Amino acid sequence: TTDNQNHPPIFELKAELNSDKKEKKKEAVKKVIASMTVGKDVSALFPDVVNCMQTDNLELKKLVYLYLMNYAKSQPDMAIMAVNTFVKDCEDPNPLIRALAVRTMGCIRVDKITEYLCEPLRKCLKDEDPYVRKTAAVCVAKLHDINAQLVEDQGFLDTLKDLISDSNPMVVANAVAALSEIAESHPNSNLLDLNPQTINKLLTALNECTEWGQIFILDCLANYTPRDDRESQSICERVTPRLSHANSAVVLSAVKVLMKFMEMLPKDLDYYGTLLKKLAPPLVTLLSAEPELQYVALRNINLIVQRRPEILKHEMKVFFVKYNDPIYVKLEKLDIMIRLASQANIAQVLAELKEYATEVDVDFVRKAVRAIGRCAIKVEQSAERCVSTLLDLIQTKVNYVVQEAIVVIKDIFRKYPNKYESVIATLCENLDSLDEPEARAAMIWIVGEYAERIDNADELLESFLEGFHDESTQVQLQLLTAIVKLFLKKPTETQELVQQVLSLATQDSDNPDLRDRGYIYWRLLSTDPVAAKEVVLAEKPLISEETDLIEPTLLEELICHIGTLASVYHKPPSAFVEGSRGVQHKRIPGNLGSGESVESPDNGSAAGVTEAPPAVIPSQGDLLGDLLNLDLTPPTTTGPPPISSGMQMGAMDLLGGGLDSLVGLRHNTERSFRSPSPPDYSPTEVGPGGHMGAGFGAPPAVMPASFNAPVSVGLDDLFDLGGGVGMPMGAFNPPKTVWLPAMKAKGLEISGTFVRRAGVIQMEMNLTNKAMSVMTDFAIQFNRNSFGLASAGPLQILTPLSPNQSIEAALPLSTVGPVMKMEPLNNLQVAVKNNIDVFYFSCQYPISMLFVEDGKMERQVFLATWKDIPNDNESQFQIKDCHLNSDAASNKLQSSNIFTIAKRTVEGQDMLYQSMKLTNGIWVLAELRVQAGNPNYTTILKSKQRITSLIIIHTVSERPFCTNWNLICYIL
Amino acid sequence: MIHSLFLINHSGDIFLEKHWKSVISHSVCDYFFEAKEKAVDPEDVPPVLQTPHHYLITVHRGKLFFLSVVQTEVPPLFVIEFLHRVADTFQDYFGECSESVIKDNVVTVYELLEEMLDNGFPLATESNVLKELIRPPTILRSVVNTLTGSSNVGDTLPTGQLSTIPWRRADVKYTNNEAYFDVIEEIDAILDKSGTTVFAEIQGVIEASVRLTGMPDLTLSFMNPRLLDDVSFHPCVRFKRWESERTLSFIPPDGNFTLMNYHVSSQNPVAIPVYVKQSISFFESGPCGRLDITIGPKQTMGKTVEALMVKIHMPKAVLSANLTATQGNYTYDLPNKVLVWDIGKLNPQKLPNLKGILSLQAGAPKPEDNPSLNIDLRIQQVAISGLKVSRLEMFGEKYKPFKGVKYVTKAGKFQFKCAALYEPFLLSFWTILFFYFTTF
Repeated sequence: TTDNQNHPPIFELKAELNSDKKEKKKEAVKKVIASMTVGKDVSALFPDVVNCMQTDNLELKKLVYLYLMNYAKSQPDMAIMAVNTFVKDCEDPNPLIRALAVRTMGCIRVDKITEYLCEPLRKCLKDEDPYVRKTAAVCVAKLHDINAQLVEDQGFLDTLKDLISDSNPMVVANAVAALSEIAESHPNSNLLDLNPQTINKLLTALNECTEWGQIFILDCLANYTPRDDRESQSICERVTPRLSHANSAVVLSAVKVLMKFMEMLPKDLDYYGTLLKKLAPPLVTLLSAEPELQYVALRNINLIVQRRPEILKHEMKVFFVKYNDPIYVKLEKLDIMIRLASQANIAQVLAELKEYATEVDVDFVRKAVRAIGRCAIKVEQSAERCVSTLLDLIQTKVNYVVQEAIVVIKDIFRKYPNKYESVIATLCENLDSLDEPEARAAMIWIVGEYAERIDNADELLESFLEGFHDESTQVQLQLLTAIVKLFLKKPTETQELVQQVLSLATQDSDNPDLRDRGYIYWRLLSTDPVAAKEVVLAEKPLISEETDLIEPTLLEELICHIGTLASVYHKPPSAFVEGSRGVQHKRIPGNLGSGESVESPDNGSAAGVTEAPPAVIPSQGDLLGDLLNLDLTPPTTTGPPPISSGMQMGAMDLLGGGLDSLVGLRHNTERSFRSPSPPDYSPTEVGPGGHMGAGFGAPPAVMPASFNAPVSVGLDDLFDLGGGVGMPMGAFNPPKTVWLPAMKAKGLEISGTFVRRAGVIQMEMNLTNKAMSVMTDFAIQFNRNSFGLASAGPLQILTPLSPNQSIEAALPLSTVGPVMKMEPLNNLQVAVKNNIDVFYFSCQYPISMLFVEDGKMERQVFLATWKDIPNDNESQFQIKDCHLNSDAASNKLQSSNIFTIAKRTVEGQDMLYQSMKLTNGIWVLAELRVQAGNPNYTTILKSKQRITSLIIIHTVSERPFCTNWNLICYIL
Repeated sequence: MIHSLFLINHSGDIFLEKHWKSVISHSVCDYFFEAKEKAVDPEDVPPVLQTPHHYLITVHRGKLFFLSVVQTEVPPLFVIEFLHRVADTFQDYFGECSESVIKDNVVTVYELLEEMLDNGFPLATESNVLKELIRPPTILRSVVNTLTGSSNVGDTLPTGQLSTIPWRRADVKYTNNEAYFDVIEEIDAILDKSGTTVFAEIQGVIEASVRLTGMPDLTLSFMNPRLLDDVSFHPCVRFKRWESERTLSFIPPDGNFTLMNYHVSSQNPVAIPVYVKQSISFFESGPCGRLDITIGPKQTMGKTVEALMVKIHMPKAVLSANLTATQGNYTYDLPNKVLVWDIGKLNPQKLPNLKGILSLQAGAPKPEDNPSLNIDLRIQQVAISGLKVSRLEMFGEKYKPFKGVKYVTKAGKFQFKCAALYEPFLLSFWTILFFYFTTF
């Protein structure tokens, strides 16, 4: 009943709305609004409410406007009824009514209404009253959001630009805000071209406008590049007072301007030092605000201390964690404490960290223990104390503390080899309690690395081996490596162990990484133990504090984005902001003397390319050919490799005939690619002359059956000219497969495939209704994925899907969605909704969908890049049963945006040098070798991301590459 | 800019939503609920969340979440500040910021949200301006409204909106002209087990309550302004005057406002008003432990410490406490493992003491986490930093106002670290025996 009092039934409201009494009308509208806000559908009252609009009572008018804004979209024809009143109100003598009318009209997102909005808006932009002008400025942004073309055609953008010079600071601030918002969807429009005159106007308005206006203006100022250091200083001087503002967003925006512009000041300038001193107190003050503000402040301070550690070097204590800080504040504080740790304050920091390590919150305790390890790595003088602190913590026997401590001690060993190994005994005592993969992997690494000092290393490792298949990949990989290390160090006692692990890794595992590593070790050990020793036991580069730091160019960009979402996520805006197709990369301007001009970074890099020595492909190719020969032809040296030490003697015996078996292996592998061989291929039959010493054979050459099973979608199809599916571009187009079986989705079956057509990636689907009832309201959404695939529009299924009906739908995809690395890389998780439920499935897209049309690299650039890419990033594999000649293959590949840059022929073998570019800007280079008469091609792939990340392409054995690339991006 | 706002209570109901651009389905909040599930406490939900198409920026006030949805790159602090401002406005209008009050005043809430933001851009956020546009509901006024039929929405242009002093409305009239200032200081400190200050700083704020007729121009000066090296001001304060003369010169908003915040940094020595002698120990064997706490005055500047309260977060294994307090009462909140000892006034002649036995869960491993001890206190008539106002002058108006300054010092995040000791059972036997006899 109370509900009925608050939200009376529609018919009652209708009667009250049509009452003659003003007061009753108003109360009725209020009740309508109250019902609307709790989600009741009161749209049926539209005509009655709109009838109340023509009133001189401002409150009633505002209430009607609230209603209109809510329902106009669903009742556009009714909304037209309101237009006349709006237009009339825009002429009202009271500026408040004029502003209110234009403001509300802009909020009604109905096309027919927006047409009528143009004239009133034009007048309001030039209204004599600044309150109306500032409201109209925002209205331009609204209109732009609804109909950008209209705004441009009507010339509103120019009027808006003029408002930057308005005499009223609030108008200026709103004009800047509106232009900034519009500019975000118009990256190259040059809407806010800043020159010294406009800058001066902005700085004047900055002093007088509201706090929010100050934020807009400061953010806009941050995009300006001063002509010289004098201008830079004068802007800084006028911005500095904002650091004392009570609004933290004003403070942080001011910090951004100062951090950016101070880069241009000479470091020996007195003012530079003054400015540095002025920056510390406001940053500290931000930390006494509400926790949410603190969090954002801390994320930004994290960037600031990396760029300019001197600003906060004396303020360590403010980052000490308080008991009642929320966990997200605690974790950020901890991170900054480490960044600020130095020899001077390390004792205090360590004492704090030790306290934290005994707190309640598990995440926090873990991070505190890690922090102790990072301190050891950062401040050399403290390493010993850190290690002893960690040992104390291990003594507590608290399970997760022990595990974290072991993980960080491994890092300390890598930073200071041969210094703290005395603690290994203590670590080994805790072996049994380790149940987290990372800790187990760390412990195994330690055992393998120091195998010669641990008497029972073999027993320890063997104990892990028992449950090998239940371990996670990182533990398996580490165990494999550790046992190989152990074998190379103590070959006599451990051959059985190493053999066991190699066979576990190569024969019984489905994990390509593990298998590859297993094969590599196996081959290494059986061919050249000396090399194996050099490779496996090579001196490792020391790790340093820098691994934790943000990469400098990214840091520079992020400094220009202080206070933004980018600064919270520590990612460049281009990486995640939706619809920011053209986000310009901001850079910190260099230190300029007066009158010096900035050298464009583009010129710089272009010059770098042209200066590179003009090499020609053949000379480059020879080298590559030689590299390949290692694998393709039998080694030229015959006889056993040189024996250098007693230890290798032992190893050699075990590996007898290693070289030969390698040769044998090669033949065998090739054969197995050509035709599936029975899996019972005996290792003893391997290759000519391959005799095994002590039962230690070459890796079994036969792949698990699944390897040879024809994979229907793949490069094979790419080459298959006759491949049935007709397509306009002749591009590779895999057939549809069932993604979501009807059983799992209450009768909805979805099969689909991915196609690239005229530069647009499309997801083509067949939706079949196998249920008994009609399906409607389809929608689709993707989880974050490796390449930012997102639907570029809604799922166009307009008609309901009746039982047993099937419908085809094509969904255009964009690649500007949020990015998250998936496993496997080309995995896409999809949620499909209909009137029945939401269903989830995942599918894999062929990587070739992501090859963009402009993936043809300049010849010169190709050469330079090919040379630049380290061999680590290279991988090789074969494509079987392809009967095209090289030209046909090249054409075929070109239709999938794999471009041939150059071709040469050596000894009847055609070598195609190719490039392709992924949608996220990563280039991949390839060499394709085609031997006439041999249906098997060899391909070498290389890649590196040119700006910030390195991409390692790792092929999964011999499966066709287009579907089964396992691209692993290690973002550095 | 800010696209939408959702108000959500602790049990996860969305009870109000407002969209300033197109309507966004409330299913976007699912990402927030997911994060809330993961968090131990409601306060621990991260304030910025990324979803496939939007960002969710949340503040937690009282028992409510103010969740805003943004679609483009917007400074998160801007959004967070704004959300807190919305909560402040509700508080200001309705006396509290709770779900029931918001639901009762839902139309006013909508009117306010509509005035505060236009297309996601802040429009009117100053309390003075808003009150001219939408009058706060009072029982008296609703009676008057019904009698006279007058509206509670202003129909003139709010005067503050465009003047260079947007925070003050014109034509303010009072019969009693008064200006009061409260200097409130909070001590944030962490002290280690031996009582040494690990970290201490003072967060100060000057809250003003000014009801003056016309356009008064005030100047507030300090005896020792040099203490203030890190300050943030209300927009009304003339920054240039502060830089050159170290006085606060301003035309005040009408009513209550925060004039300035300041921060006396950790580099100046901070007076610590009380000391704590504490010992908490757990026996190596046997499911119990011992607690003994005494509090005494340290640097109180000659004033009395009042409203003294001790809160101890106990290790998880502590089941109950059997203690004796020489002053005040204690309670042990078992679910949260918090021991609260409410002492009241601190008498330097007879120091309050709390001691007795803690019983632990039988068979539980000995506590891993150290207890932490937090202090609450209040000292009237003194700002612990030593800050003093020397005088307040008024220009621009002829009348003589009542003036007053009050000082108070409180504990902010004031924390003593404890280290639980472990003793062999036998040594403590006599202690237990002692307690056995004293208790019965």
